[in-house]
Amino acid sequence: MCLAIPAEVVELQENETALVEIGGVRKVVSLMLLDGVKVGDYVLVHAGFAMEKVDREEAERTLAILEEAAEYGPLYE
Amino acid sequence: MKYLDEYRSPAILQGQLRAIRELDTSAVLMEVCGTHTMVISRSGLRPLLTPEVDLVSGPGCPVCVTSERDMGRALALASIEDVILATFGDMVRVPGPQGTLLEASSRGAAVKVVYSPLDAVALARENPDRRVVFLGVGFETTAPTVAAAVLRAREEGLGNFFVLSLHKLIPPALKALVHMEDFSIDGFLLPGHVSVVLGTEAYRFLPREHGIPCVISGFEPADILRAVYLLLRMKAEGKPEVANEYSRAVRPEGNRRARETMCRVFREADAEWRGLGLIPGSGLALREEFADLDAGSWEVEVPEVRERSGCRCGDVLCGRIRPTECPLFARSCTPDSPFGPCMVSSEGTCASYYLYEEEGR
Ligand code: SF4
Repeated sequence: MCLAIPAEVVELQENETALVEIGGVRKVVSLMLLDGVKVGDYVLVHAGFAMEKVDREEAERTLAILEEAAEYGPLYE
Repeated sequence: MKYLDEYRSPAILQGQLRAIRELDTSAVLMEVCGTHTMVISRSGLRPLLTPEVDLVSGPGCPVCVTSERDMGRALALASIEDVILATFGDMVRVPGPQGTLLEASSRGAAVKVVYSPLDAVALARENPDRRVVFLGVGFETTAPTVAAAVLRAREEGLGNFFVLSLHKLIPPALKALVHMEDFSIDGFLLPGHVSVVLGTEAYRFLPREHGIPCVISGFEPADILRAVYLLLRMKAEGKPEVANEYSRAVRPEGNRRARETMCRVFREADAEWRGLGLIPGSGLALREEFADLDAGSWEVEVPEVRERSGCRCGDVLCGRIRPTECPLFARSCTPDSPFGPCMVSSEGTCASYYLYEEEGR
């Protein structure tokens, strides 16, 4: 499971771990390196650890910026 | 998939390419991170950008920058009778002075591939009569996970878990790069994963002291094109900065908890990089209070290291040559039978070129 793909937190478990789902695959990851994780958060996972939460507002903002350039239509006619 | 597919629409990619072409600026940009290299190769971005923009690869593959001497030490540790050497998958195929770890394991050494450093702690728990050495390679993203494993082993009172720390730090490597005599890069695509932990501050010296624009980039092709656009714009406007394109994952302050965990267990140390040589303060060694877990201090015989004739990995890692310029590329060096480390890892520049790029095949 690579850091670049966001995994959804399905369940918080004991011992500072969480069950996450990524493309239909479920896995237990450690929460030792990340504060304040909640069910429904999207997290980036690296080497068995949740490393960061995906910020929804920032994700939407980036997308809006990317889409803005797309509105000019296709590059090749 | 949420937060993924949205970034992959062809219209978005075409829009980014159009924006880049409209800027009409040329530049040589370095993608520091091996995962970026792989995404660029796989999605065929390089030919779409040239001739305006030349993307060269940097030293951001942890497997590739591990020095021959350090590989020799890992191999020597693996050959100790009661040792189980645990590490990440790619490391077992990297050629060292006495062959690879995989070859050592076929001769009887106990080498285990693990997905997480915590799996190595579990190995130690399950094998109380063996010594488990975790071979820790990686940058600021991985080092906190190894630090967490060290703390876990300590908490559980395991006396048979050890670490050989070959971790490396990205900012000192960038500093070493820009000070090289033949350095001629106009901008850096900074590694998103490393920046998740570091935040944005650690790179400020690049625009401030060296006038080099930097963009922290995500890992979708659209992210990379956007980062290229921002770099070109900063170059054209003469306003170098550290921009954060990957703001959905990288906070300006980074991940403090991960950094604190890393600093509790490790201290900065000098480290030897393949291609870049010895860089002061660019590695991580276990702190004094964890010295009893340090497999790096064990007395083992590490064979004399000789330059491997023909391998140009050092030049590839500094962006001096493309893999295709190495005489061994696709001849005596392929992913199935790698001669140098850059052909081993899926993040290695040579492997990326070989597997995905037109000229590579
Ligand atoms: S092609 Fe092989 S030998 Fe040449 S630089 Fe790449 S990894 Fe090293």
